[in-house]
Formats: sequence, C-alpha cells, structure tokens
Amino acid sequence: MNATCQSAMTGAVYQGTAQRALAILGLLLVLPVFADDLVAQRADMVDEVRRYADAAGDGSLRGDVLQSMNAVERHAFVPHAQVPYAYENRPLRIGYGQTISQPYIVALMTDLLDPQPGDVVLEVGTGSGYQAAVLSGLVARVYTIEIIEPLADQARGRLQRLGYDNVVATLGDGYFGWKEHAPFDSIIVTAAATHVPPPLIEQLKPGGRMVIPVGSQFTTQWLLLIEKGDDGGIVSRQIAPVRFVPLTGER
Amino acid sequence: MRRLSTGVLLVSAAAIGYELLLMRVLSIIQWHHFAYMIISLALLGYGASGPFIALFRRVLEPRFEQAFATCALAFSIAMVAGFVVGQRVPFNALEIVWDRKQLLNLALMYLVFFVPFFFAACCVGLALTCRSEAISRLYFCDLAGAGTGAVLIIGVLLVAFPQSALIVLVAFVLIASVLVGNSTAARVPLSVGQFTWLVALAIIVFNGGLTLRPSEYKGLSQALQVVDARALTQVSSPLGLLTVVDSPTVPIRLAPGLSFNTRHVPPEQLAVFTDADGMSAITQYDGDRESVAFLADVTAALPYALLEQPDVLILGAGGGSDVLLALYHGANHVDAVELNPRMTELVADTYAEFAGHLYDDPRVDLHTAEARGYVAQNDRRYDLIQIGLLDSFAAAGAGVQALNESYLYTVEAVGEYLADLNPGGVVAITRWVKMPPRDSLKLAAIAIEALERAGEVDPGRRIAVIRSWNTVTLLIRKGAFVPSEIDAMREFASSRSFDTAYFPGITSADANRFNLLDRPWLYDGIQAMLGDSADRFFADYKYFVEPATDDRPYFSHFFKWRSLPEVMAMRASGGAGLIEWAYLIVVTTLVQAAVIGGLLILLPLSLMKRTWVGGTRFGAYFLALGLAFLFVEIAFIQRFTLFLSHPLYAVAVVLASFLVFAGAGSAYSLRLADRAIARNVRPVSIAVAGIVGIAAIYLLILPWLFGRFIGAADGLRVLLSVVLIAPLAFFMGMPFPLGLRCVAEQAPDFVPWAWGINGFASVVSAVLATLLAIHFGFTIVIVLAMIIYIAAAALRVA
Repeated sequence: MNATCQSAMTGAVYQGTAQRALAILGLLLVLPVFADDLVAQRADMVDEVRRYADAAGDGSLRGDVLQSMNAVERHAFVPHAQVPYAYENRPLRIGYGQTISQPYIVALMTDLLDPQPGDVVLEVGTGSGYQAAVLSGLVARVYTIEIIEPLADQARGRLQRLGYDNVVATLGDGYFGWKEHAPFDSIIVTAAATHVPPPLIEQLKPGGRMVIPVGSQFTTQWLLLIEKGDDGGIVSRQIAPVRFVPLTGER
Repeated sequence: MRRLSTGVLLVSAAAIGYELLLMRVLSIIQWHHFAYMIISLALLGYGASGPFIALFRRVLEPRFEQAFATCALAFSIAMVAGFVVGQRVPFNALEIVWDRKQLLNLALMYLVFFVPFFFAACCVGLALTCRSEAISRLYFCDLAGAGTGAVLIIGVLLVAFPQSALIVLVAFVLIASVLVGNSTAARVPLSVGQFTWLVALAIIVFNGGLTLRPSEYKGLSQALQVVDARALTQVSSPLGLLTVVDSPTVPIRLAPGLSFNTRHVPPEQLAVFTDADGMSAITQYDGDRESVAFLADVTAALPYALLEQPDVLILGAGGGSDVLLALYHGANHVDAVELNPRMTELVADTYAEFAGHLYDDPRVDLHTAEARGYVAQNDRRYDLIQIGLLDSFAAAGAGVQALNESYLYTVEAVGEYLADLNPGGVVAITRWVKMPPRDSLKLAAIAIEALERAGEVDPGRRIAVIRSWNTVTLLIRKGAFVPSEIDAMREFASSRSFDTAYFPGITSADANRFNLLDRPWLYDGIQAMLGDSADRFFADYKYFVEPATDDRPYFSHFFKWRSLPEVMAMRASGGAGLIEWAYLIVVTTLVQAAVIGGLLILLPLSLMKRTWVGGTRFGAYFLALGLAFLFVEIAFIQRFTLFLSHPLYAVAVVLASFLVFAGAGSAYSLRLADRAIARNVRPVSIAVAGIVGIAAIYLLILPWLFGRFIGAADGLRVLLSVVLIAPLAFFMGMPFPLGLRCVAEQAPDFVPWAWGINGFASVVSAVLATLLAIHFGFTIVIVLAMIIYIAAAALRVA
C-alpha cells in the first residue's frame, strides 16, 4: 500500500471517527430535551389513535393496548432519517421495501388479537420489530419470524438492546409457523399473503385468534380476523379500520 | 434542405420513440398511471419550445443550422440524462397520501423528462419558424418521422431491452445533429461536442448507468429481498418486462382464495413478474394430481363443481395456473389464450420441465392472441370460459390499478363469451375482493346488462357469485341454473367455508355465514341491481359500479366525486384504501397540464411586445387543432384496438397511419390551397368538410364493418385499418400547415407561438380525451372533435 493511499485512508477513518464523536456529543446535548419532547409526541400519537378508534364506533380500544403503545419508543424502530416522523400517525419506510405500519393499524390489530397476560403469540413478518414490542408488554411470550435477512438481524439486535426479553426473533420462512412453540394463543401475519397458510391455522389453539392486514405497504384496506372455535371450526371476519357505509339512501 | 428534412424526420422519430420508451420504462420502475402522468407533463416541453423560439428568434435565425444541431445534441444528451437521473429520483408514488415531500420528487420527475422533449420540440419548431417557406414539407417530415418512430420503437422493443432501444434513439438524433450542423461554420465545436458526448455515453453504458431499477415497493423488488431469492430469467417485449424469480428458502406460494379448511399447500412455484409487479406463478407439476390438490379448494374451482369433463377456454393463461386448474379437474380440452408470446415461451419452453410440460399435454392447445380477438375469430363452443386473476393484489388493494382501457370486462365482451358457450356452459370470472365491493359489483352489473341485451328477461336465474376473504368468483350460465347445480354450488362453497353472495333463490341468511362482513354488501348490491331499483342503487352507491361498455371500456373506474370529501377526511384514520387514486391522477394530470402549459404559453406571450394583429384568432385556431387532432387520433386508436385485437399492432398501425397520412395531407395542403383560392373557397373549409364527413360516416359504419371483418386474417384487418384511416388522416394533416402558412404571411412572429400553442393543446387534449371517454364514451369524443374542427374553420384563419 503506498503512502498517499494510506494517508487518505487514515484521513477517512479519522474523519469518520470525528463525525461520530461530534454526533454523539450533539446527541448528548439535546437528548434530555429531545427525549421529553418524544414522550409528549408519543402521548399525542396514542391520543390520536384513541380518538380514531372511538370515531370508528366499534367499541373503544383496550386501555392496556394503548398503554403498551405509549411505552414503546417507536422512534427506536425507524431509520434515523425517519425519526422526526416517528410519532406521526402514518406508515414509515424502514428500507428493503418494507414499512412500519401506521400506529392506528398497529393498535387495531393488537386489540383484535385480544392479548392476555399468559398468551404465547406468533408473529410472521417481524419488520422493524415494533409490533412485537407492543405485544411484548401484553403477553407472556412473542415468537417472531422475518424473511429478509438484514431486517431480521436489525430487529433482533434492536429488541435485545431495548430489553424486550420475552420476544424471540429469528430469520426464516413463517409459512409453516414455528412447530416447537406451537400451538399459539394468537398469530399475527404482517407479511402480505395471497392465502392464509394452512399450517398457521393448524398451529392456532382452539379459541385462538389470527389477524392479517390486507392491502399494500402504505395502505391497509381491511383486517382479516380468523377465530378458531373451541371445536376447531373456523370463522373469519373482514374488519374495516374505519366506518364507511357504501350505500346511502333509504334502503 | 434535404439534410434538414432528414434531420427533422429523425428528431421527430426519436421524440415519439422516446415517449413510448419512457412509457415502458416508467411502467417498470414506477406504476403505469404515474408513467402516464409524468409523460403528459414532460410533453409540455413541446409547448415551452414555442415561447423559447419566439424570445430568441433574432439570435437563432441567422445561425439556424447551428441552433438546430445544438438542440439535437442537447436532446440526445437529455434523453440519456432523463433515463439515468429519472430512475434515481426517490419518488414513491404509494406514499403521496402520507408524505407531501413526494410531490417535490414528482415535480423533479416532470422536470427531468421535460428537458428532452423541450429540445426535440426546439429542433422542429426552429425549422418551421426559420424555414417557413418549406412549412408543408417540414411538417410532413415531422409527422412522417413520428409515424416511423412509433413503428420503429415497437419493433426494437420486440427484440431488445429498453436500454438498447434508448441507444438507437440517441443514434438517430446524433445523426440529425451531424447532418444539419456539420455543414456550417460551427462545425468544429459541434463535432467536439458530439464526439465528447459519444465517449461519455460509452462510459455510462459500460458502467451500467442504464440499468433499470424498479421501485423498492414493487413486487419484484420485494421478492428479491427475501433471503436466497434470485432472478432466474428476464425477457422483454413491448408488452412487458417479465422476470422469473426463484426463492428456494422461502418458497413462492401463490394460491389466491385458498380455503381455510384445506389440508393442501401449493407445491414449489416460480414467480413471474410483469413490469416488476403483478405476480403470476408457474407451478411445479410432475403429473401427480395429489401434488396440486390445493386447486380443488380455491373459489376459481367453482365451475368445475357443475361441469363434467368440460371443454374449456382460458383467457389470459399467464403462468398456466388456470390451465393446471382445468387439467386437475379433468377438462376434456383446454384452449389457453395468452397475449404475450414471451410469457407462453417461459411456460412452454424455458420452464417446461418444471411446469410438467403443461402446454404439451394433448388436451391443451396454446394460442398467442388477444382475448377478444380470439373469441371473435374462433367458432368453437365451450362448456367453460374462464378469466382468472390478471392483476396484482397489491395494486388492487391500494386503489392504484391503472385506469386504462380494458376490453375484457365489458357488456359486449360478456355477450360474446356467452354466445360461444354450449347450452349449460358457464363464463367464470375471478377477481380480488375489495372492501367495500367494487369490481365484483361492476362485474355483476356487466353480466346482468349483457344477459338483458341477449334477451333474458330474468338475468337473476343465470348468475352465481361466491366469495372467499380475498377472491370473488362470478358465474354466468347459458340458460338458467338448474336445482342440482345450485345444490352443487352451495355444497362447494359451504364445505370450503366460502360464502355465497348470490345464486337463484338465495336468502340473506345464505350470504354471510363464514367470512363475516358488517353487512353482506355484495349480496345487497346484486339484489338491488336485479330488482326495480337498479338505477337508484347505481346513483346511491358510493362507488361507480355501472357496467363498462366497449364505448366506455373503463372497468377499473370506480371513482365518484361525491364520495371524495368523506374518504379524504378518513384517510389517516384507516380510510386510505377507500380512495380510488387512478381517476384522481387523470384529473390531476389534466389540471396540471392546463395550468403549467397555460403559464408556459400565456405568461411569456403577455410579456412579449406584439408585432402582429389577430393573435387571439390565430391562438384559438391552433388550440382547436391541437385539441381536435388528438381527440380523433385517441378515439380511433381505441376503436381500432378492438378491431385489430392487439394493443401493440393497434398503436403501431393506427398511430403510424394517422401520422404518415396526415403528413401526406400536409404536403398536399398547399396545392389544395392554390386550387381552392382560385375557386374562391377557403382551403381549411374543404379540409374540415373532409374530416367531419368522413368521421361521421365512420361513426355510422365502423361498428358494422368491424363486426363483419373481425374474423378476417390479421393482414386483411391491418390493410383495412390503414385504408380506413388514410383519407381521414389525409384531411386532418391539412389545417395546421394551411394555418401556419397564413400566419407566416400575416404575422411571421406568431409562428413559434402557433407551434407552442398547438403543442400545449395536444398534451391537454390527450388527457382530456381520456377523461371525456371515462364519463361519456369515445363516440362523444369524436363528435366533440368534429364540432371543434368546425369551430376552427369558422375562425377563418386559412
């Protein structure tokens, strides 16, 4: 390696270190203010979610679901560039063609799962890990599977770092569920699917619930709720996230 | 002058070639209707060249050849720059509802693609302005060039990827630049510029600068993110870029509408993406029926619950899913029709082994044809005509299905399908579910209307609909359903936990049992449409679900203005999926084009010192011509699309015929003018009389003529189309040069403005024609064009 090249590299390394140091310093200076601000923003977001749910008119969301959302730092689940929008009620890009769902939809899906303290939950499609984190505070254990490697790695690291110890994240195919930990009290499938994988229905406990958002990355059309009766019979519901009656007039 | 004529011809050919190429490229990297939006705006570059030439005419005219050559060089550079930069603008169409910054990215896209068209238009506009003595010849070259370019680009795209097609266009324009520029005093600097650009282009090409990069939110990009997934094959044609993806670790599993009760999972599949989206699948098949047993448990299998060893026609065979469905259910014979030959090659050749030589099965005949054309030309009768899921779920779900014309789902189409059935046969159509229902209701409306037109007094006897959570399948029977069939359908549905939304004799208790909705909207809607209150239902329903017809072939048009405030207010609270974007995009495109185009023309015009009189009259004249020409062209492209039964041939044949014969009309126009003036007649009156007369005759006789010759051989239909278009286009080519010549005599400084106004009107017209056709149909568009032509003649410009 010649000298010029070496010095150029050292320069780059040095510059990188200096930038990082400055960034950390800056972050330390603004962090207290920033953190308070984020807490307030989060409370506002949860408030907005509550209002939307009340307006939709199908009963209010469970208080503990909203509390759990108030406890999860959504800004820690999005890329740096998206942090300023972390508490806006909208889906955000997390790279790799994936998104973190709109908080309102996350709240609805979580509420539909009817989480109980002793529940074991399977999530197919970890994404950023936000949904798993929200569930973490409401149930005993969350198993989550992601098919995009970098996302799976990031989410696993993030959930560990933030102390979500009852969430187990892995890379792999969620189609066949997670046999070792089956059956599940509830299953949430956040990855797009053209059909509901039969193995997942099998791994649902009698009396269990499965929720699947239907739509595209940035728009959820409706939520599919699948309930397994105590006799193993299946009933599904298509649930609109909003009250919209397509027919007017006196019929 | 010969060099200049050739130069104009080459530039015009490249400009239209680039427009069609961009449509392809933007459909791959973005979505079809955004492509339409971006290109419409970019074409305003034509309008903008007018003011530019007017402002700098004094400087440019003495150095006309250099100016032309420089603009051509700039055009060729801008074409590549647009291609490279346009792909790197981080515009995310899906996020517009959430993120206003996307509008800035969209504006950036407009700008990037505006520049090449601006320079192309400068070349032609400069030629018309500075060499006005040869207007009719130059205008002929402009039109003939455009016609040739349209055919050429489609030909090139048949054999080459879009990147290579771009190089061909760049070469055209560079030749134009050399031809016109290198006989001038500025030869040396021009040559240096041309040579430097060639070197730069080579560097860009060899560094992969032209590689296509689809949006990360398109299906292909997402599939390739999955661990171990890889693209196996990529083939390109003007009908679409097909990419085959294999995902060994997390297999592709496409089984729309699969029952919750099934024990069967789909076997290994390969995904085929069209234009990086709209996934279909090639399913692995080794002849073992049990391996594809999941096919018994999808809603699309419903017709097989009624039919024993049917003769089947599949429209839109794609990756072969519906063919496999038919064979699985013991079809006696299958005619599989697929438009895209590249798609059939994938299943029949490249992956034939994987697909179990599906298309080599003695029961299967493969036809590369357009669906309507095949149905019209084929006199075989079937027990089942099946149309499967052709578009992507994501696009349907996000309300961003392209609002383009579709002749597959119209009242006339369903009528033809019914006519091709054996007694007791059925038409089966499967669509994705939307909530609240849109496609399924419109489909039912189309079926009812088609049955009524065929003389059925009680269409309700002949329709059945079932739904899963994400697919809906509609059957239309030749003759009334018999009780045993109704029982079979009910049994099929209930054993798979599918809901029946309609069958003869259904009660509301049957309509909402397994997959529960807050109300059985589909059942309610079909009941209303079958009752006396159909009109009130159509009026009251918050989406537009009235039947699509061949004159208004917009199946995916569900938008109603009345619902807009309500759904927009709910967009953040879970209502984003209720908005029908496609229509709004067309409207936005029109408004933008009108406002921006208006500003580009009117602002500089109002600031200029006027050296002419009669500007308003001239302006109105060229505005009218721009509007009317495109109205006629677009409406007839649609008419002939159905007749030529192939979207590509139709565009190529119709566009080229229109442009070339209009060019011929232009070349002849001055001779006509001399004769007319000698007889004391306004030449434009003769031209307009010709246009209006012929168009009126065509409105009356084309339906009959097309009906009579739709079964003829391809060559004969192409010939007939050309013969029919020739006289109409010939007359349509005259008003512009006639007007321009008068302007050049009476108000020479107005010539570039006329060019600009005409360019602006053309852009607005193309979008306006679509919007008018959505609401009133193409017949009305043609009638309006006739009125506008008459109004133009009444302005007494030429």
